[in-house]
Amino acid sequence: MAETPEATPGGFSGLTGFYERAGGFIVPFAATVLAFVIGGLVVAITGHNPFAAYKAIFNGTGLNWFFPWVQGDDRTHAAVNLEQTLIIMTPLMLTALAVAFAFRCGLFNIGGQGQYWVGFIAAIWIGTHMSGLSRPVHVLLAILAAIVAGAIWGGIAGILKAAVGAHEVISTIMLNWIAIYGGQYLFEPNGPLQGPIPALPRSSIIDGSAKLWPIWKMEGVIQVLHAGIFIALFALVVYYILLNRTTLGYEVRAVGFNPEAARYGGISVARNYFLALAISGAFAGLAGGVDLLGYKFSVDTSDFATNQVGFTGIAVALLGRNKPLGIMFAALLFAGLQTGTSTRALDPTIFSPSLATDLATIIQALVIFFVGAEVLIFFIWRARRHLRFRGAGAQA
Amino acid sequence: MAEAAFLELKGITKRFPGVVANDRVDFDLRRGEVHALLGENGAGKSTLMNTLYGLYHPEEGEIRLNGKPVRIGSPSDAIELGIGMVHQHFMLIPVMTVAENIVLAVEPRNGPFLDLAAAEKRVRDLSQRYGLAVDPGARIQRISVGQQQRVEILKALYRGAEILILDEPTAVLTPQEAHELFEIVRSLTEQGKSIIFITHKLNEVLEIADRITVLRQGKRIDTVPREGATQEGLARLMVGREVVLRVDKTPAEPAEPLLEVENLLVFDNRGLEACRGVSFQVRAGEIVGLAGVDGNGQTELIDALTGLRSPAAGHILVAQKDITGASARERLDLGVGHIPEDRQVRGLVLDFSLAENLALHDFRKEPDSKWGWLYPKRLIERAVRLLKEFDVRGGKPQTLAATLSGGNQQKVVVAREVSRDPKVLVAAQPTRGLDVGAIEFVHNRLVQERDEGRAILLVSLELEEILSLSDRILVIYEGRIVGEYGPDVSEEELGIAMTGGVRGKAA
Repeated sequence: MAETPEATPGGFSGLTGFYERAGGFIVPFAATVLAFVIGGLVVAITGHNPFAAYKAIFNGTGLNWFFPWVQGDDRTHAAVNLEQTLIIMTPLMLTALAVAFAFRCGLFNIGGQGQYWVGFIAAIWIGTHMSGLSRPVHVLLAILAAIVAGAIWGGIAGILKAAVGAHEVISTIMLNWIAIYGGQYLFEPNGPLQGPIPALPRSSIIDGSAKLWPIWKMEGVIQVLHAGIFIALFALVVYYILLNRTTLGYEVRAVGFNPEAARYGGISVARNYFLALAISGAFAGLAGGVDLLGYKFSVDTSDFATNQVGFTGIAVALLGRNKPLGIMFAALLFAGLQTGTSTRALDPTIFSPSLATDLATIIQALVIFFVGAEVLIFFIWRARRHLRFRGAGAQA
Repeated sequence: MAEAAFLELKGITKRFPGVVANDRVDFDLRRGEVHALLGENGAGKSTLMNTLYGLYHPEEGEIRLNGKPVRIGSPSDAIELGIGMVHQHFMLIPVMTVAENIVLAVEPRNGPFLDLAAAEKRVRDLSQRYGLAVDPGARIQRISVGQQQRVEILKALYRGAEILILDEPTAVLTPQEAHELFEIVRSLTEQGKSIIFITHKLNEVLEIADRITVLRQGKRIDTVPREGATQEGLARLMVGREVVLRVDKTPAEPAEPLLEVENLLVFDNRGLEACRGVSFQVRAGEIVGLAGVDGNGQTELIDALTGLRSPAAGHILVAQKDITGASARERLDLGVGHIPEDRQVRGLVLDFSLAENLALHDFRKEPDSKWGWLYPKRLIERAVRLLKEFDVRGGKPQTLAATLSGGNQQKVVVAREVSRDPKVLVAAQPTRGLDVGAIEFVHNRLVQERDEGRAILLVSLELEEILSLSDRILVIYEGRIVGEYGPDVSEEELGIAMTGGVRGKAA
């Protein structure tokens, strides 16, 4: 047997394992900081003051609401922006969980977007076809429908993987398109679920009894923060417990880390692939349900083409390292970037919002790039040390 | 031999994060000698030699060749200085011929083209000169492992090596091939080449080395001449304490058959017959050794016994119960324990904690879990008990398995399998890559389990292990059991049977 003098045996997994132990938050944090620094350089090159721009974006997120010295009109503004940030953060946490759970089983679920939409559509159907139910029952029913629909959508990819070995990346991407085009078909004029206005490619608005409870009502605010954020936070807890406190989670993690050892230990790998993708789909379906019942209340066919919440969820999971708290902060970051640079929230005299949206995209891309390049950073680090030793050797 | 050393390594120190792999190690080499570098896994043997070969750069120390300090920054520097290394894992291109591999990067040319005829001629000359029989025109993928090793040696000689580093060269060889290698080594030293022989096998050292340097935990412990060295003495230097090399055991008292295999036909991954009608029995209270050269159907047989591969025909009975169609999980529950061939692939989930690894077979049952709800505290309680009983060092229940040394990882696997009280224990290469101390532990534990009435099937490529543990020995060759022997059979006789020359009683 070869000797492995390194303190981190086990090749690549040993390397990442070392990182986990070294404090999993360092790299995502450094990646974020680095992304903001480079984004700041871009701002400086375009002739703006990066500090002023970042301050304006920060204020645009509404997070300044937490500062006690922000008062009066500023405070009202901040509150409006903060509500928006939290509304956007809610589904991101859930679609990130959809990626994270599959990932812990060694699968890459890119189907969050499609699973989101089928959950969304299932909730629309319940929200528009079950009049007369009491509010808790109606809401619960719609949410369950969203979860089940998402689970089925993810489960299809899982069955394909388990039965014939179809790669989940391919099948979930295809299922995304089926969900997107299928959704457009349902709500376009003369579509089976089109709303009451014949010319509009839009669904009906769900019954009031199916709407999630608003939790932060303010005057003049159209999109009010809703109870969905509690559902998403609760889902983070469920995710943690499911993985770490149940035999199901034990199996999923065993398969994710080492399918061969799991199989040898009597765990059915195929069954866990199916379950992991179905549960992932349930999280993404829940995201769709919560968005609809919380603040969207209906859907326009154009939404299907523009909405990216499932894909952003991949980035959130990556940055959050598939950990509940990590996902929470990563979702806040991505949601904040989105609201902070929106036309409505950003002060146009400091930084043009159209530029700022691009800046937000740049920063998001850089964050993902750096987190993804983590191993690269590690190697650069090692190579640097290596060169230093060689240099020292040459002088000796 | 009386000549002074022409290669000297002085005070070599190499650190890796968290470990000092070499701590001021001195080493020297005389012309025409075989100098063995002996030590347990992780003692720093390979690190030292990789330093000499230019793969690592030491933080301290110097290398002198013919009295002059040299700097070896890369393997090409080493080759230029006449140092060649044959790694444990060969670095040959399977689809190319022997000659093409040997001349790679220093090809004889005819204009812009490779002069293949000249290459083959040079290879033939070299192989005749040193008695290394190979066919220059054969493709690497078609020749045996022993021959591939010769190609590696020839490659080094072709590049002008005066010093040859052989890294655990016998690990992949059959006993006969190992003998042939020793012949080659002798003929090389007669012609003035010097050999550094890395190993952890004591018998080899005494057979081939002129001098022996023992490393332990990165430090040089001693350098001794072969004359007067004993296995016991060397083992003590290696491990740092007295080691019992012989396995102490009483004659077996076999009782009823617990494992019965009848006419088992198993296909390998390519759909070829790997086991062609294998039949044998293992009775309670005996260790049956299955000897054979790697790739003669052992892996497929183990897979079939443990339920990871379904046999095409035949039956497997455990305590008279037919388990041929049972799943891996059902077999575990019916009392089949398995120490797998590769602990890092099958034996352990390296990213799981020790407690989780120890629960791998039982996490679905009480007290580990109930109604799908896992009780991590109970996993830890069990782990505390087992880690103590099996003397696993370097880890708490919450430690990740990846951070343990190989020996301690194997103890975890043994602990899990044995603690489930199996009727049948299939031990595949249970001491592969382990150091002397851990081997001693595993061997004694297997004998102890035998004495408690388990039926143990020991599959191993190490004849020494088979001979020291088994009460009965079966030889597998090309998917068939070709011989059955008592525990007193000689290594030579087994070696002949393993390569197809049947002498023993066919089972």
